[in-house]
Amino acid sequence: MGSITLEKVSKSFGTTSVIPEIDLEINDGEFVVFVGPSGCGKSTLLRMIAGLEDLSGGRIIIDGKDMSNEAPAKRGLSMVFQSYALYPHMSVYQNIAFPLKMDGQEKSAIDKKVKDAAHTLNLTSYLDRRPGQLSGGQRQRVAIGRAIVRQPKAFLFDEPLSNLDAALRGNMRLEISDLHHQLKTTMIYVTHDQVEAMTMADKIVVLNAGRIEQVGSPLELYKSPRNVFVAGFIGSPRMNLVSGAAAEKHNATTLGVRPEHVQISKTEGAWKGTVGVTEHLGSDTFIHVDADGVGKITVRADGDFATEHGQSIYLTPDPNRLHRFDANGQAI
Amino acid sequence: MATLQTRATARIMMSPAVILLFLWMIVPLVMTLYFSFLRYNLLMPGTEEYVGFLNYRYFLTDPAFFTALGNTLLLVGGTLLITVIGGILLAIVLDQPFWGQGIVRLLVIAPFFVMPTVSALVWKNMLMHPVNGLFAWIARTFGFAPVDWFAQVPLFSIILIVAWQWLPFATLILLTALQSLDGEQIEAAEMDGAGPLSRFIYLVLPHLSRAITVVILIQTIFLLSVFAEILVTTNGGPGLQTTNIAYLIYSQALLQFDVGGASAGGIVAVILANIVAFFLIRLIGKNLER
Repeated sequence: MGSITLEKVSKSFGTTSVIPEIDLEINDGEFVVFVGPSGCGKSTLLRMIAGLEDLSGGRIIIDGKDMSNEAPAKRGLSMVFQSYALYPHMSVYQNIAFPLKMDGQEKSAIDKKVKDAAHTLNLTSYLDRRPGQLSGGQRQRVAIGRAIVRQPKAFLFDEPLSNLDAALRGNMRLEISDLHHQLKTTMIYVTHDQVEAMTMADKIVVLNAGRIEQVGSPLELYKSPRNVFVAGFIGSPRMNLVSGAAAEKHNATTLGVRPEHVQISKTEGAWKGTVGVTEHLGSDTFIHVDADGVGKITVRADGDFATEHGQSIYLTPDPNRLHRFDANGQAI
Repeated sequence: MATLQTRATARIMMSPAVILLFLWMIVPLVMTLYFSFLRYNLLMPGTEEYVGFLNYRYFLTDPAFFTALGNTLLLVGGTLLITVIGGILLAIVLDQPFWGQGIVRLLVIAPFFVMPTVSALVWKNMLMHPVNGLFAWIARTFGFAPVDWFAQVPLFSIILIVAWQWLPFATLILLTALQSLDGEQIEAAEMDGAGPLSRFIYLVLPHLSRAITVVILIQTIFLLSVFAEILVTTNGGPGLQTTNIAYLIYSQALLQFDVGGASAGGIVAVILANIVAFFLIRLIGKNLER
């Protein structure tokens, strides 16, 4: 009860085309993440699905019904906004109850649903507070509560975690994933953070300049990126992209190798380089190496690996895990 | 110790302005208070003497006083009603994007820059005049008998004129408040299934409540002392129908030359204004704390 199909959906503001033409299939119960750099049109696409933005062309089909020109409320979707968009003069209870009240439901039914939602989200002791008296994470949960009481066909999240600090973001990520397993409702989640995308998604849609670059599961995108853009965007730290002689040796214009797929040795290897900055994370060490004739390479080494700035070092990329791209940036 | 020093310096630097302002306020007040206890009539110079609360007794037992009090409250209340409701509607209209928005906004704000006397004269002679007025012409065009505004509904006419002057102020304040409403909140409400009317009641009005409070407070202060419009149009008449407290005091002082009585009236007006302010702050002041 929550499949969404986009057919040749396009959007332009005046003469500038923001989204050329997009086809996308979102299955019922799927957690889909739209990810891309800022300005790639991912939020616009989400708002078009929500009905807050008109389509310039194409159709949006929700549960088999053409909803392209329906009002937002009629589409049966709920949205969590980046700024949470809580109603500041209403208490948490009233905020969560608002969509039900607008739906004209009975007081007792509303009360039960609000209490249930509050229980699910650990908000029970805050129901009388105003949004202004809550912390960022609590506000986030209220916004989610307001979304789930309507039992929508799908949830839309518009960068919901970007206003939270790093620790809280990690927690909320888990909570949202948990919620998805509990509710089994379709969720569409927009973010520019590829870590959020990788950790939460069933399916990632990588967008760039309004175009879909690749659609697939997190591991698919990680293992076989279709082009240079996806290769550079997915994975942390970023994939090393090498061009020039080193790449031509492998019959490619651009050669990609992930930091975790480079062997590092103090005695011998394919590429010789000098150690630059070293980042110790405890579990891992990220070593930024300036390789002669290759360029800057980031290497993920063991946490105990000891190096010094300026030290000579040898690198060997794992030959089975090289990504080769042609002159157009497409994978070979 | 720098803070102590700067604080002391700040006090010294501020004091001339504060002292001047204080004198500016206190000297007339004290003089009015002093005059209000004297028998002081300009027609009988040299006979000034202390008469205790006699002036107050006369002023407060004057039947004209209660009429004027009622008129003052009606004038304030009526004008507030028109300007707040009209201001909200106008602000919502002006908040919509349309062609020529800048010019229209400028025009809407224009009445605020017209002097009260001038606007009252324009209304009296060009709009509400029973023979030459625009309203009379419109009425005649449709075959109705023209309304003689200042004879038939004098107080309502004054309220209309004053409301016209203050509508731009209310519109301006409410428009800026409206523009600060978060667009995402409206979108969230849209997704929650709230129609335009629900959005207005549950989102826009609460958001505007603080601005409405400001409009009511500021306008009340000025509307309690409306004078020029009455002087220019009706001279408080017919009878006492458009006499408010301010006009009553004027007629005491400058038509009957009773400075003592007028001073007593002035003090009564100050006390009344404070009572109104007290209730206003009690009633809606809590809106400002949030």
